[in-house]
Amino acid sequence: MKLALVERLLAAREEGRPACLVRFLRSGEVALVVAGELVVGPDLPDGVLDAIREAHRRDRSTTIETAAGPLFLQVFSQPLRLIVVGAVHIAQALVPMAALAGYAVTLVDPRRGFATAERFPNVTLVDAWPDEAMESLAPDLRTAVVTLTHDPKLDDPALDVALRSEAFYIGALGSKRTHAARLERLSALGHGPAALARIHGPAGLDIGAVSPAEIAIAILAQMTQVLRREG
Amino acid sequence: MSEAERLLREALAWKREGRKVAIATVVTTWGSSPRPVGSMLVVDETGRMAGSVSGGCIEGAVVKEAKAVMEGAPPRLLDFGVTNEQAWEVGLACGGKVQVWVESLS
Repeated sequence: MKLALVERLLAAREEGRPACLVRFLRSGEVALVVAGELVVGPDLPDGVLDAIREAHRRDRSTTIETAAGPLFLQVFSQPLRLIVVGAVHIAQALVPMAALAGYAVTLVDPRRGFATAERFPNVTLVDAWPDEAMESLAPDLRTAVVTLTHDPKLDDPALDVALRSEAFYIGALGSKRTHAARLERLSALGHGPAALARIHGPAGLDIGAVSPAEIAIAILAQMTQVLRREG
Repeated sequence: MSEAERLLREALAWKREGRKVAIATVVTTWGSSPRPVGSMLVVDETGRMAGSVSGGCIEGAVVKEAKAVMEGAPPRLLDFGVTNEQAWEVGLACGGKVQVWVESLS
């Protein structure tokens, strides 16, 4: 492996971009893919970029069989992130639990007195309006988005941006009836059935959760299931 | 920064000091293996190591191959496991199997 290639890999990581080293185990050649684009090395066989994307999503390096023989994909992925909209009671349980599970958590709530450091220590707080906050946070395929406010004025703009992103998990709290109304509003914003099906609503696995902590467990369990098992 | 990034940084620093450097990476595992896919061991020509590709069971054999590639041998894929003929010598006590890719940094 060339020194210059390792330098480019590390530079990409410093810029916060996902990178993948591709080892051609038959020929000994090495390629570097940064943010889905081949930047150094031989042409990649068909399907390799898709496999890299999936490996990034799971943050799991892997060996795949291709027309050019076995390729080892070593991924240097983005950190897991969770964006929570609504500094409500359930957030007080979900935020620390998600942090324990390895997520860098950002809590968004523009309402005065909600997203305070006193109620939410050790988490990034954003008091901008959700659409603005979400645009600047730019969810990627290692990001989960969960809306908890029940207030369409806050939840809808966040979901609108989330649906236009690659976020691996989108969850919205609210009853089935609330969710049906929400889907109608989002549909009116131009989101089709396939996009709307990405929203887990009501958010969380159906484990009979009642208390805020239990609901947080249900949501985190569903995020984990989507991250680790699906796809 | 991930462990692999830290080790690549280390490898780069060693290389810039004028040392010969090889990198070993776990590319496949079966069963219970001590280190996950992507784990790295960086070696220089004096046998100095950073990182690991096992709990210490196969490091000796990997370092030997690492020295060969830093002297100009092509990159190699090494197989380790209880069914391997080397088992008595450098097998994995845990019963797992691993494949390790060894290449020079040049």
